[in-house]
Amino acid sequence: MSDRLSVFKTYKLYVGGKFPRSESGRVYEVTAKTSAADAAGQGKWLANAPLSSRKDARDAVVAARKAFGAWSGATAYNRGQVLYRVAEMLEGRRGQFVHEVADAEGLSKSKAAAQVDAAIDRWVWYAGWTDKIAQVVGGGNPVAGPFFNLSSPEPTGVVAVLAPQESSFLGLVSVIAPVIATGNTAVVVASEKFPLPALSLGEVLATSDVPGGVVNVLSGRTAEIAAPLAAHQDVNAIDLAGADDVLAKELEIAAADNLKRILRPQPVDNADWSATPGTERLTAFLETKTVWHPTGSLGASGSSY
Amino acid sequence: MPITASHALADVTASDSTLRRFLHGLPGVDAVGLEARAASLGTRSIKTTAKAYAIDLAISMVDLTTLEGADTPGKVRALGAKAVRPDPTDRTTPATAAVCVYPDMVAVAKEAVAGSDVKVASVATAFPAGRAALGVKLADVRDAVAAGADEVDMVIDRGAFLAGNYMKVYDEIVAVKEACGTSSRLKVIFETGELATYDNIRRASWLGMLAGADFIKTSTGKVAVNATPANTLLMLEAVRDFRAQTGVQVGVKPAGGIRTTKDAIKFLVLVNETVGEDWLDNHWFRFGASSLLNDLLMQRQKLATGRYSGPDYVTVD
Amino acid sequence: MAFEYAPAPESRGNVDIAPSYGLFIDGEFTEAADGKVFKTVSPSTEEVLSEVAQAGSEDVDRAVKAARRAFEKWSALPGSERAKYLFRIARIIQERSRELAVLETLDNGKPIKETRDADLPLVAAHFFYYAGWADKLDHAGFGPSPRPLGVAGQVIPWNFPLLMLAWKIAPALATGNTVVLKPAETTPLSALFFADICRQAGLPKGVVNILPGYGDTGAAIVAHPDVNKVAFTGSTAVGKEIARTVAGTRKKLTLELGGKGANIVFDDAPVDQAVEGIVTGIFFNQGQVCCAGSRLLVQESIHDELLESLKRRLSTLRLGDPLDKNTDIGAINSAEQLARITALTEQGEAEGAERWSPACELPSSGYWFAPTLFTNVTQAHTVARDEIFGPVLSVLTFRTPEEAVAKANNTPYGLSAGIWTEKGSRILAVANKLRAGVVWSNTFNKFDPTSPFGGYKESGFGREGGRHGLEAYLDV
Repeated sequence: MSDRLSVFKTYKLYVGGKFPRSESGRVYEVTAKTSAADAAGQGKWLANAPLSSRKDARDAVVAARKAFGAWSGATAYNRGQVLYRVAEMLEGRRGQFVHEVADAEGLSKSKAAAQVDAAIDRWVWYAGWTDKIAQVVGGGNPVAGPFFNLSSPEPTGVVAVLAPQESSFLGLVSVIAPVIATGNTAVVVASEKFPLPALSLGEVLATSDVPGGVVNVLSGRTAEIAAPLAAHQDVNAIDLAGADDVLAKELEIAAADNLKRILRPQPVDNADWSATPGTERLTAFLETKTVWHPTGSLGASGSSY
Repeated sequence: MPITASHALADVTASDSTLRRFLHGLPGVDAVGLEARAASLGTRSIKTTAKAYAIDLAISMVDLTTLEGADTPGKVRALGAKAVRPDPTDRTTPATAAVCVYPDMVAVAKEAVAGSDVKVASVATAFPAGRAALGVKLADVRDAVAAGADEVDMVIDRGAFLAGNYMKVYDEIVAVKEACGTSSRLKVIFETGELATYDNIRRASWLGMLAGADFIKTSTGKVAVNATPANTLLMLEAVRDFRAQTGVQVGVKPAGGIRTTKDAIKFLVLVNETVGEDWLDNHWFRFGASSLLNDLLMQRQKLATGRYSGPDYVTVD
Repeated sequence: MAFEYAPAPESRGNVDIAPSYGLFIDGEFTEAADGKVFKTVSPSTEEVLSEVAQAGSEDVDRAVKAARRAFEKWSALPGSERAKYLFRIARIIQERSRELAVLETLDNGKPIKETRDADLPLVAAHFFYYAGWADKLDHAGFGPSPRPLGVAGQVIPWNFPLLMLAWKIAPALATGNTVVLKPAETTPLSALFFADICRQAGLPKGVVNILPGYGDTGAAIVAHPDVNKVAFTGSTAVGKEIARTVAGTRKKLTLELGGKGANIVFDDAPVDQAVEGIVTGIFFNQGQVCCAGSRLLVQESIHDELLESLKRRLSTLRLGDPLDKNTDIGAINSAEQLARITALTEQGEAEGAERWSPACELPSSGYWFAPTLFTNVTQAHTVARDEIFGPVLSVLTFRTPEEAVAKANNTPYGLSAGIWTEKGSRILAVANKLRAGVVWSNTFNKFDPTSPFGGYKESGFGREGGRHGLEAYLDV
């Protein structure tokens, strides 16, 4: 062990491809989870995280909206490549994330490593979905008439994602990747107590090929940031994974104002994220568009009366 | 009647390329939409007084037709008599618009309808295929006109049309129109079943009207698909739009395949709701048909008496 | 002499409407607990058709309990058995389609031509389609043996009373749910006739419960704690209220709400068919259609000629007795709706839009509104933004495809849109950019049980129809 004084990292938000400090100019203390200390709220200080304000949330929505056109318009193959690139970048910074997850969640090195590995594999899993989901959930409809009729999934738009509170990285990745895989853009509210892996993920995304604004990461008080997001008229959907029942209900009511698509907290949200997910988180933020077009006949000679 | 290529569209026919550009620039036709509109008008329910009106109107619009190799003077005389007095048991029955025969039967037909308002129409231009030299076609037309044909039903050169040689088709129609002189009205038959697409039918309609057609007519009755509600609707739209652009009114004649009163009334509904009452007159709308007339007469009798008629109560010819 | 169509009325004798109807709960017609009733009138004549029991919260509770009791057996039935019940229903609807068409026309005011040729065939087709799914759910892409949700509370509108019932009940029953359905207060009769069809089909009691009533009845169904699924078709305002009500519960929600559909006509459109599509888009069912093409976006270069064609076409529309087989435009469904249409059109005029209607004589009794066009409309006009839900078309112009898409999407709604052009690549490009759940290209207002229907944005969420329509009723 060297006695060199280490360099601390200043954790910042990730918004529109940039790393701003919170507009509030405020931070909050992030502490390690150790079973005894956690109970007393006295874990080791890890870092200060930005305490995001309503305005940070608003800026993130603007960034996400701006990014939506190009990201949703990119080919599914391209999105798959970009998501896979995220996995590659993560693999290279695996050690850092193991460390952060171990600190955050109070896990042993090996258990934290299993979480990070699973998270990387999850990126790969969702990377492969980008150009398949449309075939699974879309398709031609055999209407009773001379029409070509095709249903295709399209991304809902800007999705506010309340990351799971307990699973700081695997849970986080499990809610972000499906949202952006289908072409949505995301405003992510990191786990309130364990935001550091999420803020670091921003750094990975910035150095992958994910366009700025596709994922925006905010840290701070979940309830404070989520409220303006749930009420925001330019947010199209909200994943309530990281909300408790009281908050979830409140946000769902606020979200009704512009009829956001709601993914309610699921049983999995505070439990085990290790199982391979289904397609639910992909389809939760997809709209089905059905296009009709006449087929007609080859000529004018087929008509009768 | 003057040649009707109007000033508004005079430059369209200046050259092969301007003509092609114009015809290809006409709005496209969506087949499904066109057929759906025709079918929906076909669901109109025409009852009682409206039906009586429609039947008489339809009778008055029939071009009673015989176009057989076996046509004889006797057959044509019988046809003429029937055209003049379709229902001998009911003198209030209107006469048909015309009889339609081959050129060599025009003189016989003229005699048969003499003294009535019934016109004699003659097919010409190497009907029905139209596969002959222009000189032959024009001789055919002059023959018919000389024999007294009030109307000439020509066929276009579908081969030239399908080959994209629109100017040739145009020139031929102009030449035939000229051969008709001022006394005979010209009906231009497209043989829509051979043009095959609705876009072609719209183009042919404009081509015919630009060249001076007095009537545009669907078909010869000699191919598998003849008049349909959809192709007739399309041609009605064409004459409507042509009048709006040029002020010139052109008639429409669906021919072939219209056999029942119900069918005929559907066509009249198309006329009524597409071009309106300006065309609800046998000067502007005709049915090219042979067996239709008897069905109209039986329905007319049914309306008058309240009981269904039978084939023994109308004349076979 | 003009070709005047003589009256061709469909016979009222095809349907026998009783002087009064009860609620349909647990397989029986019954009075409301508090004895309340309301009258339903024919909007074309204002004649009272019948008196109908009005369900209160006690009745809602009774119906939900009945549905809950029925759920156990119904959901446990082999899918093939549920399918056969639905096939029976489909067939009986076909057999009784003339009766039901006349009934629907009387109670709703829409032309018999539409109930006969559109509503009823689609109703039967919808039951046929979902009947076939009942024993094939394992293959629907929702995993093995997907489970039903339980009791579905369904609230439907008055614009397509029986068709909306079919859209709700057919998938619910096919997937093994039981149903408590509230028809709209102005059009309760066809749902009550459907109750009789359920009896004829031998459907187990409690599987379908019909509760006529007003908004408070619907609210009671939505809020009932033992309802597992809420499906609503109606206004966006009510949809939002429902979304708030079910917040924090585990009730699954699907909403099919309002719209302000753009019908985009490019300069290379098949013009005659486009004119028909515009007419179908806004005057079908008197424009009382959530997916109506109520905004015409026409390329500026063909604006004048298209408007001329459109006006000429509108002059041929036949407004009058909905039972007459030749009627194209029937009555507005209610005095309230007529008042709303009237108010919005007056606002359109006050804001400077130019109003036009064809010469058109309105009957002296009943609720009528002449087909109406507004030209010189911009995005800022109320008539271009608010859903009018009536035979009123707002005409706007655009210059480029980009502008057309921007204007089409410039609304909180996102239900339907139309595109008219002969250029295939433009259709695909524009369809791709439109934020709307249903895009009709070179056609409009086409429906099919196999084709998913539903909105983006404030037009609601969830899809009805097709394989997609199963999801709303399955625990997935």
